[in-house]
Amino acid sequence: MPLDQSFAGRSWPATPPYQVGREKIREFARAIGATEAEFHDPEAARALGYADVVAPPTFPVVITMAASRQIIDDPALGLDYSRVVHGDQKFAYTRPVVAGDELVCVNSVDDITTRGGHDFLTTRTEVTTVAGEPVVTVWSKLVQRGEEAS
Amino acid sequence: MSETLEPRTFRVTRADLVRYAGASGDFNPIHWSERTATAVGLPGVIAHGMFTMALVGRAVTGWAGAPDAVVEFGVRFARPVPVPDTDEGTEVVVSAAVKETTADGHTRLALTATCNGEKVLSMAQAVIRKR
Repeated sequence: MPLDQSFAGRSWPATPPYQVGREKIREFARAIGATEAEFHDPEAARALGYADVVAPPTFPVVITMAASRQIIDDPALGLDYSRVVHGDQKFAYTRPVVAGDELVCVNSVDDITTRGGHDFLTTRTEVTTVAGEPVVTVWSKLVQRGEEAS
Repeated sequence: MSETLEPRTFRVTRADLVRYAGASGDFNPIHWSERTATAVGLPGVIAHGMFTMALVGRAVTGWAGAPDAVVEFGVRFARPVPVPDTDEGTEVVVSAAVKETTADGHTRLALTATCNGEKVLSMAQAVIRKR
């Protein structure tokens, strides 16, 4: 079943605010082995000019992956998650995420294509503060492997 | 403009994948269940693509000098990173070459990540702010 092409170009309502916790950043930093003080110690982070402990560059995916379920869980899209692999991932930062941020996500589908029996879904998530200040834009390309090819 | 940066080597074990699953919320069983991974045609349990990208991000942050010096960061996942169920696990080696100065005066890095001598990412780039 090909993906529903009518999803391309659509945007979704902003997700409920995600409260970025200090302990969540520390947990994520520990999980990737990032031991630098700015990821763990608020005083060290403030000394470097951050409002609180700062998140490593791929941390926003914790928020955007959950937010994108708004799109990929919609049965009308026709995505079979058991055949999905992660194709591309890109971040463009206005500033790093810091503990205490309250962030909302606005999801869009930039592109849906089919090539060689595989379907490609590119989502874009604009991550902003609840006040609307831009923080990071996150693009994710998912590949649904063709049923014959998988 | 052909400057290369000091490569970084990261060890990856099954325990790292379990910890990353919990921290990231990505509980896809191909990252912890041999049975599920082989059933979908993989050689075995593989690392989360985003875990590999996070390791590359650590290297990029180190080269940039600070988390807020990373302006852009993007990769294509070209090949899986199989992680055997051993104490040693596997290794991911990350290297970078300075590619150009962007129109904004930033530095564009071309990134390479290898596992067992094979490139696991393609089109991997970061733009970092000069400090």
